[in-house]
Amino acid sequence: MSNVLELVNVRKSFDNELVLNDLSLTVKEHTATVLIGASGSGKSTLLRCINLLETIDDGQIFLDGQEISDPLISVDEVRRKLGMVFQSFNLFPHKTVLENITLSPIKVHGIAPDQAREQAMVLLKRFDLADKADQYPDRLSGGQQQRVAIIRSLAVNPRVLLLDEITSALDPVLVNEVLSIVRDLKHDGMTMVLATHEMGFATQVADEVCFLESGLILERGSPVQVLKNPQNAKTKDFLKRVHEAGRL
Amino acid sequence: MLNGPDQQAWSPSSRELERRNARRQISRKQFTIAGISSVLVLGALYTLIITSPGWQVVKETFFDLDYGREVLPTVLRGLVVNIQLSFIGGFFIAVIALALALIRTTKSPALTPFRFLATAYVDIFRGAPLLLIILLVGFGVPALRVAGLTSNVIVLGTVAVVLTYSAYVAEVIRSGIMSIHPSQRAAARSLGLTSGQTMRFVVLPQAIKRVIPPLLNDFVSLLKDTGLVSILGVTDAVRAAQINASRTFNYTPYVVSAILFLLITIPLTRYIDRVIRRSSAKQNSEGAI
Repeated sequence: MSNVLELVNVRKSFDNELVLNDLSLTVKEHTATVLIGASGSGKSTLLRCINLLETIDDGQIFLDGQEISDPLISVDEVRRKLGMVFQSFNLFPHKTVLENITLSPIKVHGIAPDQAREQAMVLLKRFDLADKADQYPDRLSGGQQQRVAIIRSLAVNPRVLLLDEITSALDPVLVNEVLSIVRDLKHDGMTMVLATHEMGFATQVADEVCFLESGLILERGSPVQVLKNPQNAKTKDFLKRVHEAGRL
Repeated sequence: MLNGPDQQAWSPSSRELERRNARRQISRKQFTIAGISSVLVLGALYTLIITSPGWQVVKETFFDLDYGREVLPTVLRGLVVNIQLSFIGGFFIAVIALALALIRTTKSPALTPFRFLATAYVDIFRGAPLLLIILLVGFGVPALRVAGLTSNVIVLGTVAVVLTYSAYVAEVIRSGIMSIHPSQRAAARSLGLTSGQTMRFVVLPQAIKRVIPPLLNDFVSLLKDTGLVSILGVTDAVRAAQINASRTFNYTPYVVSAILFLLITIPLTRYIDRVIRRSSAKQNSEGAI
């Protein structure tokens, strides 16, 4: 399996706060990499750096062997290959579900409107949202909105899907309907990087789990290694606190 | 550049230095392109004007330096009237417009007649030309001969401008209020804030911030439109220029007056642009987009 994404010594700070401290990470094709760690450990920043929403201070990021941290590269070109789903959905409130999904395929990827709508409907049917196609996002439940947001980023066939705490704004019942989509995608072989607080879910989908703390990956390995049998004291401490909070 | 506790030991890698170099080169290239394009366009424009057949005459009647210097003090005195009018008028406009906007956005049934009146006010004064309002107020009010009502043209001119502009500004503020997402109101009300407190502490601050650019736009055009009160005989900058121009048939005073207006409005626009950019950068993390 080839490396889709490769981060080498990535460094990022905001003002005086060092958020990513020479962090390195490799993501192989068809695998799911799960980032865990306390809030503020750098998970979201890492995803935003990959998507070029933030400019890194040092290090390199490669997508399919091409350095995307190169200032000469076309940012739009890179983002076309990446899908990103946010914690707060970020659907466009003035467009219907179908319009949200077909915007980028039509405007960015030049797909014929009829064809884009057809493809969007296939995805909506697959995830039981076909009847919501003409609704506006505000009419949908949080879980439905987040599922639409995932479909929206899938509609452009990304090389990698970046999921940033996509269930953090949802109640436990809705969490499941969103996570089941991710499980399906994992089954399809989609390459994914996810930041999450759902440890049970992480165990199910992850090929590799990375524990982040102060901008560093302190521990990485299979879900069983990291989540069931952690070696690092800080990982143990974090998992203990998560366990106490009742989320394991 | 970076001086946190963790940062002192760090020095950029050669790749990062390369990248910074590349970024510098990109910005240098963009700068060069901007420079060349500016020289070409402005140069072409300049040549076109200078070589036009009437340029010599235009230069003498519109850009007479000595005459310009001579009329400068008179026009400047007139401009002070415009500025005073703008600020005093601006204050009343702000107060009345805010009240109108608030009345028009409340849903309280007790305020229904006021809502109706406010809507009528906005419709009338936004719909009628400012020049007409100035003439109607400036000549109509003294004709009423009501004891105690002023016939001072500066005051009447200001009133006319305030009437019109408060209608404009009220609509700008109202659109700002309506642009705030209902979830903000819901969050505030569920914290126990009354509807008045919600408006005062949550909705209005966000709404006003959002409409500062159009409000500034209105202030700049207010400053210019105060020139219209010259029709009542107020000696503002426009009127002062007009008097001088018609005395000598040299139009340089108009140019002087225009330059003086620009000297106020351009820095004002730039300054507020900067303030807005800085305050929105503090609130949003837009990253590299």
